[in-house]
Amino acid sequence: MQTLAQTQPVAMPQPKRAWWRDIVGVALIAAVGLAGYWLFPDNLALLTRVIAMALLALSIDLLVGYCGIATLGQAALFGAGAYAAGIACVNGITEPFTLVLIGAVAGSLAGLVMGVVMLRASHGLPQLVLSIAIVQLFHEAANKASAWTGGSDGLAGLSPAALFGVFEFDLWGRTAYLFGLGLLLTVFIVLKFVVRSPFGMLCRGIKEDPVRVGAMGAFVFPVLLKMFMISGSVAGIGGALAAISTQVVGLDSVSFELSANALVMLVLGGIGTLYGALVGTVIFMGFEHVVSSINPFHWMTLVGVLLIVMVLFAPRGLTGLMETYTGLKLGKRGGRA
Amino acid sequence: MQTIISIAVDALTYGMALFVICIGLSLTMGLMRLVNLAHGAFAMIGGYIASYAARDLGLWYGFAVLLAILGTVLIAIPLERFLFRRIYGAPQLTQVLMTIGITFCIIGITNYLFGPTLKTIPLPRGLAEPVDIGFRTIAAHRLFVLVCGIVVAGGLWSLIERTAFGVKLRAAVDNAAMTSALGVRTEVVYAVSFALAVGLGALGGVIGAEFLPVEPYYALRYMVTFLVVVSVGGAGSIPGAVLACLLLGAVDTTGRYLMPDFGNFFFYAAVILIVCLFPRGLLGRA
Repeated sequence: MQTLAQTQPVAMPQPKRAWWRDIVGVALIAAVGLAGYWLFPDNLALLTRVIAMALLALSIDLLVGYCGIATLGQAALFGAGAYAAGIACVNGITEPFTLVLIGAVAGSLAGLVMGVVMLRASHGLPQLVLSIAIVQLFHEAANKASAWTGGSDGLAGLSPAALFGVFEFDLWGRTAYLFGLGLLLTVFIVLKFVVRSPFGMLCRGIKEDPVRVGAMGAFVFPVLLKMFMISGSVAGIGGALAAISTQVVGLDSVSFELSANALVMLVLGGIGTLYGALVGTVIFMGFEHVVSSINPFHWMTLVGVLLIVMVLFAPRGLTGLMETYTGLKLGKRGGRA
Repeated sequence: MQTIISIAVDALTYGMALFVICIGLSLTMGLMRLVNLAHGAFAMIGGYIASYAARDLGLWYGFAVLLAILGTVLIAIPLERFLFRRIYGAPQLTQVLMTIGITFCIIGITNYLFGPTLKTIPLPRGLAEPVDIGFRTIAAHRLFVLVCGIVVAGGLWSLIERTAFGVKLRAAVDNAAMTSALGVRTEVVYAVSFALAVGLGALGGVIGAEFLPVEPYYALRYMVTFLVVVSVGGAGSIPGAVLACLLLGAVDTTGRYLMPDFGNFFFYAAVILIVCLFPRGLLGRA
């Protein structure tokens, strides 16, 4: 215990100040979200997509940033949520909150499966390979089960019922956007509690040194599995939101490319803070929208350059840069990613 | 019977082509501890150069292959010096991100220079014709791929296990600080083995173009395949890579012959099974 105290001089959390900060942070997210609603009334479909991707990036952050588990297959969980909500919707369950719940449950079940498989491997590379293999397997399965999923044509014809029985999901996506914003804020607040709970602290400890945490008497495997399920339900909510708002579920929602893109967004924003996932997603997708409408291949080159620059000069992401230059701490990080 | 033999021949040659591409990645990952996802991009560059030389300039096939290897290595050397050298020994996620970034750049630039169409590498007459090997005829190109695979495997094995350079390389991998203290210039050793790996990748990209067609998304499309093959075989192990390539080539080809609508399903199911049973790969170092 002596050496433990010496090597980890992490100050105890200061609850009072942190609470104020979180309230300001959540209020800021809500303000930015509402500003988006007023400023870009013609692009609400894109903004809803951004929220769904932000949920996916948040779910990756829970694994990569808080548990140190590298994954390139998170879209498997996103897609599980999207397809579950989509299939339920086609088969007559149209209440939006129920659909989101179904998506979350499906995502966390997929997370359980993924966790059981991925945690068989104890370190970086085999885990990455397993995560890729799992997302490809889900992709093939979704493609093959075309009776349920529509295969490569996608699952179309979703018509979710009106929100609270009053607000229809209209053509401009106003309802969908506000619904998504509400979901994002709820999930964000819940996750703030999760990562600050003793459970979240334990996860961060496992990220630093799983052997030592095990030696101190904690069971590493169930803790990580639990985080996989939480992460899966967040990704599943994102998937369900995407399904409800676009009213289509395509095969691309279970793809390696989607996983890789979401990871890039997270890295851009900064690994290990919940704010980083949001900032990265908004900036990445904003740029993508502008540049890829000019030429998709230029966008690819640009993302490549961006990744190289981030790795070389700003390994902690944009939020990390901001912390360095303003001295404002957005969250406790576990050092290296 | 006829089906079984054609499946076996296809699986064997596909596995060997995969092996020539992947062995370079296996070297960088096992010996230099670098997860180089841009390896497929180098194989693609090789394919493009060979296609340009053989189809557009009309050069002889063997010369085009040489040119492809040399050209790719020339492109890779500055990249190694300025980008890859900074991430030796970095966490694997960092390496993955950086090399994905490099891959994206190469794809974008290739598409800008050569356009999005598929590039073919015309075979010389000797390789395009079928050859009778007693019990049946197979395309000469497939035999050529087989021979290349065997030569590469044997050559690499003797280079690493039997030469002074191999000794230096293995020493630098085990303990870089001690090796350089003993007077070995480890950066040079690393740079040479990186160039070797890239050159092999380019060779694989050219001779494997019949199986994995050369186009701008090549680097991304097969990135996962290459990474998976290497980690199944166990990074750094030549016999492991041979075994993994033949095994996964067989699984993939058989699946495609017998149940074509399942696509890659069996390939990835096999991968999950193997990685779960052998987290360090079939013959990986402990």
